[in-house]
Amino acid sequence: MQYLMSVFGPAEMSEFGSYPDKESMLQALADTDEFNKKLQAEGHWVYANGLASATSATVVDGRVDPPVVTDGPYLESKEYIGGFWIIEATDLDQALDLAAQGSKACRGKVEVRPFQPLPL
Amino acid sequence: MVASLAKRFGGLDIAEEAAAEAFATAVERWPADGIPPNPGGWLTTTATRKAIDRIRREKKRDDKYREALLVIEVPDPHEPLESLGAIDDERLRLLFTCCHPALALEARVALTLRMVGGLTVPEIARAFLVQESAMARRITRAKDKIRDAGIPFRMPSAGDLPVRVDGVLTVLFLVFNEGYLATGPDTDPVRAELTAEAIRLTRLIRSLLPDGSPSSGEVAGMLALMLLTEARRPARLSSSGELVTLDEQDRGAWDAALIREGHQLVRERLRAISASNGGEAPGRYQVLAAINAVHTSALDIRDTDWSQVVALYDQLVALDPSPIVALNRAVAVAELDGPEVALASIDRLEGALSGYHPYHATRADLLRRLGRSAESRAAYDRAIQLSGNTAETAYLTRRRDQLG
Repeated sequence: MQYLMSVFGPAEMSEFGSYPDKESMLQALADTDEFNKKLQAEGHWVYANGLASATSATVVDGRVDPPVVTDGPYLESKEYIGGFWIIEATDLDQALDLAAQGSKACRGKVEVRPFQPLPL
Repeated sequence: MVASLAKRFGGLDIAEEAAAEAFATAVERWPADGIPPNPGGWLTTTATRKAIDRIRREKKRDDKYREALLVIEVPDPHEPLESLGAIDDERLRLLFTCCHPALALEARVALTLRMVGGLTVPEIARAFLVQESAMARRITRAKDKIRDAGIPFRMPSAGDLPVRVDGVLTVLFLVFNEGYLATGPDTDPVRAELTAEAIRLTRLIRSLLPDGSPSSGEVAGMLALMLLTEARRPARLSSSGELVTLDEQDRGAWDAALIREGHQLVRERLRAISASNGGEAPGRYQVLAAINAVHTSALDIRDTDWSQVVALYDQLVALDPSPIVALNRAVAVAELDGPEVALASIDRLEGALSGYHPYHATRADLLRRLGRSAESRAAYDRAIQLSGNTAETAYLTRRRDQLG
C-alpha cells in the first residue's frame, strides 16, 4: 500500500525554518537525508520533498469561468504541511514505524494517511 | 471462526455476516438432519461458502469480481480442521487488530466487545449509554479504518508487543471499570456482565500469549487485579442499593474462590520477580493487584497491613506519578498516619482533580473525620454533583446528611 506521510510545522517560520537555530536545522536536514537514503535502499521510497512556506500558496477555483485566483493558503491554521513523503509499505504497522523514524529525523509530527487502493 | 474468516477474506463485515448466516443455517438444518459429526468444521465450511457467495454477489456489481476469484481458494470441505492452536492465534490477532493504537480508544473498546467478546451492537450501545445507531456507526467507521488504512491482521512484532499488550489491557480495564462502577442515572450501579466479559477476555489473552513473553507478568497482574476486585462485588451494594465502602463491607460475602485464584496469581508474580533477581520489575497492574491482595487478606479494616499498602503505593507513584495515584495513596496514608497528614497531601491535587468526584469524596471523608463539618459538607456536595453512579450518590448523600 502507499501512504502519504505529511510533516506539520508552525505557520510562522524563522530564517531557520521551524528550527530554533542554524545548527539544529542543519542536523535535522542531515538526519532527514539519511532517513531518505534508507527509504530508497529498503524499497519504501516513492517520492518526498519539502514545501515553501504556506504563505506562498495560491488558491484557484477552476469550477467557474474564468477561474478565480485568491491568496492562499486555502485553510487558516496555526500549523501547515511543511513537507511530505509518499512511501510504499506492506501495512499500517510498517508505515507507522517508518513515520516514527521520519518524525525523529526531521523533528516534526507526521500524519500517516493511506492512498485509495488502485482501481483495477 | 470470525477471526479465521476475517483473515481469509480480509474483511470483518463479511466474516461476521457469513458466520451469522452459517449459524442460522445450522439452526434450520440440524434439528431435521441431525448434528454433523464435526459441528465446528461444518460451521466453518458453511460460513466460508456463505462468505464466498456474498463476495460473488457483491463483486458482480463492480469490476472486482475477477480479483475476488483470484484471491479466494475454495476450501476442501474434507480438509482436516485447523488445530485449536491456530484458531487461538487468530483470536489473538483479532484482539490486537481491534485494540490497534491507530483507532480511537472508544472505537477500540466497542470493536473489541463486538468482534472478540461477541456482544451485540445494542448491548454495547447500552453499556456505554450511546444511541444504537451511533454505536453502529462507531463500529462501522472503525472497521472501515482497519480496511482503508491497512491495519494488519497479525501479531505485533516482538519489539512492539509490550506496548500493544498494554493497549489491550487498557481497553479491558476500561470495560471492567465501567462494569464495576457504572456511570449514568439509568444503568445498574454495578454491571456484572461487563466485569465478567473483561475477566473472560483477560483470561483469554493470558492463555494465548506465548509463555515468557515480556508482557505476561502484567497480564497476570491485570487478571489478579480484576479477580480480587470482582470478589468484593457481592458486598459492594447494601440491600437498599447504596454503595458500601471497603471499611464497611461484609467480608464474609466476598467470593472466596476468586480471592484464592487472585492471591495465587499474585504469589506467582512475586516468585517470578524475586527469581529474576532484579531483572524484572513489576508494572502498575501487578502493583495494583498486590495492593488488592493485601486488602483481601485482612479480616477487617483494622487488621489491614496499611504500611504495606502505603509502601506499594509508593512503588506505584514511582511507576505512574499521576494525581489519581497520589489521591489513592493518601487514602492509605490516612489509615497509617491519620487524616490530617492525608489531607495535607491531597490539598495540592485540587488543581488537577477538581472535576474528579473521588477527590471530593475522599476530601469530604477526611474532613469529616477531623470534625470539620462545614467544609466536609461542601466537599460532599461537590462529590455528589460530579458522581454519575446512583449507588455512590446514595452513599455520599447519607454520609453528608449524617454530619453534625
